[in-house]
Amino acid sequence: MMKQLFLSAALVAVAGTAQAQDVMKMAVTTSFNNSGLAEVLLPEIQKDLGLEVQLLVVGTGQAIKLGESGDVDAILVHSRPAEEAFIEGGYGTHRTEIMYNDFVFVGPSDDPAVIADDETAVEALQDIASTEAAFVSRGDDSGTHKMELALWKDAGLDVEGFGDWYNAVGQGMGAALNTAAGMNGYILSDRASWLNFGNKADLGLLFSGDPVLFNQYAYIPVNPEKHEHVQTELVDKLEAWLVSDRAEELINGYEIAGEQLFVFNAGENAN
Amino acid sequence: MSRLLPLTVEGAVGRRRSRTLVGPVDLRIEGAGITVVIGPNGAGKTSLLSLLHGTERLAEGRIDWAWPLEDARHAQAFVFQRPVMLRRTVAENIAYPLQIRGVARKEAQARAADWARRVGLGEVLNRYAPVLSGGEQQKLALARALIIEPDVLFLDEPCASLDGRAMREIEEILLAARDRGTRLVMSTHNMGQARRLADEVLFLLRGRIHESGPASTFFTAPETPQARAFLKGDIVE
Amino acid sequence: MVDLWSGFSQAFWLVVTFDPELAEIALRSLRVTLSALLVASVIALPLAALLAVKRFRWRRWIIAILNALMGLPPVVVGLVVYVILSRSGPLGVLGLLFTPTAMIVAQTIIIVPLIASVAHQSLRELWAEYHDLLISMNVTQWQKIRTLLWDSRRALLTASLAGFGRAIGEVGAIMIVGGNIDHATRVLTTAIALETGKGDFGLALALGFVLIGIAVAVNLSIHWLSRTERGDRW
Repeated sequence: MMKQLFLSAALVAVAGTAQAQDVMKMAVTTSFNNSGLAEVLLPEIQKDLGLEVQLLVVGTGQAIKLGESGDVDAILVHSRPAEEAFIEGGYGTHRTEIMYNDFVFVGPSDDPAVIADDETAVEALQDIASTEAAFVSRGDDSGTHKMELALWKDAGLDVEGFGDWYNAVGQGMGAALNTAAGMNGYILSDRASWLNFGNKADLGLLFSGDPVLFNQYAYIPVNPEKHEHVQTELVDKLEAWLVSDRAEELINGYEIAGEQLFVFNAGENAN
Repeated sequence: MSRLLPLTVEGAVGRRRSRTLVGPVDLRIEGAGITVVIGPNGAGKTSLLSLLHGTERLAEGRIDWAWPLEDARHAQAFVFQRPVMLRRTVAENIAYPLQIRGVARKEAQARAADWARRVGLGEVLNRYAPVLSGGEQQKLALARALIIEPDVLFLDEPCASLDGRAMREIEEILLAARDRGTRLVMSTHNMGQARRLADEVLFLLRGRIHESGPASTFFTAPETPQARAFLKGDIVE
Repeated sequence: MVDLWSGFSQAFWLVVTFDPELAEIALRSLRVTLSALLVASVIALPLAALLAVKRFRWRRWIIAILNALMGLPPVVVGLVVYVILSRSGPLGVLGLLFTPTAMIVAQTIIIVPLIASVAHQSLRELWAEYHDLLISMNVTQWQKIRTLLWDSRRALLTASLAGFGRAIGEVGAIMIVGGNIDHATRVLTTAIALETGKGDFGLALALGFVLIGIAVAVNLSIHWLSRTERGDRW
């Protein structure tokens, strides 16, 4: 009886280790993953290129780190300064813009800080700070977090001096939204994650449209000179696909509740 | 016939943490028969048997068998006062010594079944050994000891916690073993049993052999006053 | 509350219809943890037997350390394994990070002390029982170990199942070394963490039901096993 137990355990372990196709690893942000776009693109990539792309869904900070240590083959993030530093450091070869979406302010439907009529994002933040309304921050060094910090800076406010109303949760977009729903507070989110979020509770989309909330996604291959094992061939294949008409069709066609989430803009800005 | 004998012991001492348990002891065991070791509690009977068998370390002196020590150990067996049952069936327990000697499974099982029957455990071959009665367990221990046909069998008060019937059955087995040529060295508290079984007697007192001799003379005419007192049933210190 | 209720009904539906995503994740969980269990048992059980019968100078120290390691926070193990397996780490060339193998490694490290300690306890007790007899019979060291392992098999299986229970519910370490990659390293616990964070309670609850089911089954087996300890043979 013991023998049979061990044998079946061994069989279960061995079965399923067979792998016959191209596989590469890419670090992407939680915002990107929560938008649901990956679920549309990955099967198409599989079909068109015979390529399985394994996604490590992490914050921008960790995505950069993974690229630096060579634990992934490419990264797809949305924080230009961090991206440029990454390439400058020799960790990435180049950046290719793919698409953009925007950030929005989400908050309690009765809007205690009254940000709905504000003209700019900076004004909205100033209102939130002055009313000390509950605010949830990603706090995880992600693209979203960096955008938020940049906005606070532009508003002339120092995050370090904030009281208990400011909550840095150190988590991904979905979890942070969950927390905001739980405490009925304000939060800066990318539109895609918000539309895709399942537990809206009493939250509503209160402010959007300010151009500074523009969120550009870029694809950066990890530099094979730093890490030999990087599968450059597959990485290049994927990049070519991501800037192709096929990708444009899929990305622009992706909607949630009738709203287009991302705007394909590969090749528009030469960099 | 015992090829291990004669067993010559000179100045043997058994010690534990600087406390002398038994010794110095000189003795010689040879030929066929049953040697019975008697003496008051704490006299060192168990220690002496363990010393001779080799499970107690020799602190001083010598113990010499006719064979080299390693081979001698394989031709002996020991039956404890409270038998140790392996957590297996009766049959598996009795077959165990054969199993560790590399005997083929079928043959080991057959011989174990045979011995089980000989000691009266034929009906309970597949019973889980730890649930047997005291008497049955002791019989199992005997069968397990005898199955390897040892040249010398040590027994430490084997019938101490048994009823009359079990004691009788075991004594029969012991006598049969002796008649087959096994040398028995056993300790006992029961003077009646000593008289029934002994060919030779060793009387232990405070770790030393106080008196020894053939059973015929020891029981009828003990030489030392302590032996006399002990046989009468007095407390001897 | 409405959310939770709709979550429950969705969960029930997913389980009853053997939803393929649910099944894939559950099977992967079992695969990873059973593999870890196998490897860990192969390491821990003989180690426990050796510690029970062999007397050597460092024995007490090793036993004490083993007991202490049981309290090792799993997530810390994950962190250490991550650092070691990362491409920029010492064993980076193996390319094991973010694969099920890395998860198996982390889980194995976590449960070996547990299995070894529990097994050692039982083996020690049995050795105390058998000691006089086996010494008298002059058995070799190897035979001692084999006899102890065989006669303790129920207790050893219980020790292994305890390890399984610990591993199947672990989330921190395997999240870190596995990366929770969809269709690759996502298992029950990491999926629950992810889905809950996304607010998708239906799938999270369904995963939770399966996990609870497995954990309860394992614990029931342990209970049943220890009851059959006395008396019967198998």
